[in-house]
Amino acid sequence: MEKRDPIVIGRSDFGTLIKALQAKGYSVIGPTVQDQAIVYAEIQSDEDLPAGWIDEQEAGHYRLKRRDDAALFGYVVGPRSWKEYLHPPKLKLVSAERDAEGSIRFETGDTDELPARAFLGVRSCELHAIAIQDRVFLGSGVTDSHYEKRRRKIFTVAVNCGTAGGTCFCVSMQTGPKVERRTPYDIVLTELLDGPGGHRFVLEAGSNAGAEVLEGLSSRPAVAEDLGQADEVVAATAKHMGRKLDTDGLPKLLLNNLEHPGWDEVAERCLTCANCTMVCPTCFCTTVEDVTDITGDHAERWRTWDSCFTMDFSWMHGGAARQSGRSRYRQWLTHKLATWHDQFGSSGCVGCGRCITWCPVGIDLTEEVASFRETETRPATT
Amino acid sequence: MINVDPMIPNPWRVANRWEETHDVFSLQLEPVEAKESPLFAPGQFNMLYAFGTGESAISISGDPNDKSGLLTHTIRRVGNVTAALSRLQKGDQIGLRGPFGNPWPMQDLRGRDLVFIAGGIGLAPLRPAIYHALSHRSDYGRIVVLAGAREPEDILFAAELDQWKALGGVESRLTVDRAEDGWTRSVGVVTKLIPKAEFDPANVAALICGPEIMMRYTRTELRKRGVTDDRIFVTMERNMKCAVAFCGHCQLGPEFVCKDGPVFRFDRIAFWFAQREV
Amino acid sequence: MTTLEPILRKHPFFADLADDDLKLICSCAKNVRFNVGDVVAKEGQSADEFYLIREGRIAVAMPSPSGGRLKIDTLDAGEVAGWSWLFPPYVWHFDLIAVTPIRALSMDGLCLRGKCDDDPRLGYDLMKRFSRVMSERLSAARLQAIDLYGSKVSNLNPSPTT
Repeated sequence: MEKRDPIVIGRSDFGTLIKALQAKGYSVIGPTVQDQAIVYAEIQSDEDLPAGWIDEQEAGHYRLKRRDDAALFGYVVGPRSWKEYLHPPKLKLVSAERDAEGSIRFETGDTDELPARAFLGVRSCELHAIAIQDRVFLGSGVTDSHYEKRRRKIFTVAVNCGTAGGTCFCVSMQTGPKVERRTPYDIVLTELLDGPGGHRFVLEAGSNAGAEVLEGLSSRPAVAEDLGQADEVVAATAKHMGRKLDTDGLPKLLLNNLEHPGWDEVAERCLTCANCTMVCPTCFCTTVEDVTDITGDHAERWRTWDSCFTMDFSWMHGGAARQSGRSRYRQWLTHKLATWHDQFGSSGCVGCGRCITWCPVGIDLTEEVASFRETETRPATT
Repeated sequence: MINVDPMIPNPWRVANRWEETHDVFSLQLEPVEAKESPLFAPGQFNMLYAFGTGESAISISGDPNDKSGLLTHTIRRVGNVTAALSRLQKGDQIGLRGPFGNPWPMQDLRGRDLVFIAGGIGLAPLRPAIYHALSHRSDYGRIVVLAGAREPEDILFAAELDQWKALGGVESRLTVDRAEDGWTRSVGVVTKLIPKAEFDPANVAALICGPEIMMRYTRTELRKRGVTDDRIFVTMERNMKCAVAFCGHCQLGPEFVCKDGPVFRFDRIAFWFAQREV
Repeated sequence: MTTLEPILRKHPFFADLADDDLKLICSCAKNVRFNVGDVVAKEGQSADEFYLIREGRIAVAMPSPSGGRLKIDTLDAGEVAGWSWLFPPYVWHFDLIAVTPIRALSMDGLCLRGKCDDDPRLGYDLMKRFSRVMSERLSAARLQAIDLYGSKVSNLNPSPTT
């Protein structure tokens, strides 16, 4: 892509970005307020965006509060993620018919015509999460056709975070807050609330498709003050992370301590409710359910999100390999922070903090890791 | 139309079915639409779909050299799906996805003595490897088959175990955990057959299949004889939903048993094998 | 008369026993044969000997919970049968049945116990040999006790909750 210079559009023109995407045939998915949380849903105009809201996040705590300005992106991430659009929670995999002679025909169940979607408001941590799921579903030899079908039609408008969340630690995971070229995007924007020009947005194309959209907008070129201010906004965000995670030698730390008493302590609190896996943007486990209708001749196989926290997850005839809550919490954390590296070449965690915020008992994996570091036991023999 | 999407089954037909023991049966399957069966390597498995009930991961237990186009699967009745599969009659159709999995490394093991150690139904996933070794006899040194079962009525492929015994250059030994009076063959746990088996510990490769506990103790006995972990191969089992490393269920540490396994060289998984509840 | 020394020497159980000790033990040994089906030892009877099997197979059996008799171990050529002679009350704990024709060396327990009392060093050596055999049998018996091939058998079957 030819390098295009960044542009600036004013708050009152923000809606034209959405219109431009719609004109290109995209269904725009963006942040909205629903059920007292920021949730990604289809939006029609900039009026659907959560103007003037901020999220107060802590371990086991999430509240939306009013800001004293009208920022469109003045919050971080909510309980849901882009994962639900790319890797749907419920999907018909296979449709099967059996005729009177007993002949079976199988067809794909994923026949819905899906609109091309534009994701508006993708944070840097979320771009990393999408890239991680790309590796899981597209990068390991076999392609998940359902993910691929949804993924290839996505137009991303990324956002540089202007606020750090109470449970955020993207700086520790090197996944933000600044959106970078190594996680491709079509457009990236930074929201500026004050300064010369008032409430405005600096926008930059990251692809030809992005450039085309920006070209059609009524804008002015970004000048040094705009860019400087944008840099400062992001730098300030980076300094106010709610959490830290020391990732130095982390896989080895965890795998050397599989019998550490810390697992027993967290198991006393963990409800194995699976919230963390549902809100996590990289968790990808699923299960299948085979059903028939009353005649027994029409069958379907459905795929639904699953969690390693369930009793059933590791079930084999005779019992589950991981019965105790302790072993299931350990599986989740060691997969996310340690064995994910062996499987996919990176950490599975992007530092978005959702698992901390949405844990009903406030378990904080940054605290758990810190306590392992502090009281590390002797390395296990291999 | 033959589905190439690995998540969509293709229709296959039961060409034959028979009982092996009181709770184990075999299904010989042929494809409904394809002209020939896919090739499979010893140690691989298929996902068999009993219409409307569900899928089970079942090892292919037949001869990889068999050009008849039929795939044999040996199955133990342990739950809803396997019970449904056991009710299938000749001519019934099922769904099949596969073959999946990392096979026994028969090519890499050429030139070695081979000892196959099977516990219970573990002989089923091993049998294709045994067939392969026997039909490429000059590629391998001594061949030893050691099989253990609970009681005489549970012995799998009993006739073949004896046929192999009768072949030159093949040692085949069988033992049961307990027996009634009429039994004159060995009684005792399968690991006790290891000290006296005739193979060269410095050269042999061991292929083991059975319950995890049995594989653990078998490996200990082999080590006592000087067989190192890099020449011991096991086949692992975990809950499987997809068989293509997407559903996450089959993970053993970093390994996806469906894709990185089910056959593993022991040193690769030795660490995880020794952990509890992983 | 040819002594049993070379035969004793060949048997794996006494393989590396010192020559002097072997001579001593020899005087407690005698050649025996059993036919198929012979009860070599009966549970509850006094255990005054043990057997070094030279040829054939002996089954260790006990009453089956459902009546009849259950074989729980078999011992082949090169193995040793019987340790009850070592410990009071010196009675057999299991039946020993000849599954095939047996040629064995029967070792006189009373004779050996006497020699061990006189020479504790020899006694210690014999104890070590028997302890090792018993620990192997114990491990094996434990593996048999946990019903390895019960419902947890490998068959790559996922959850039946479908």
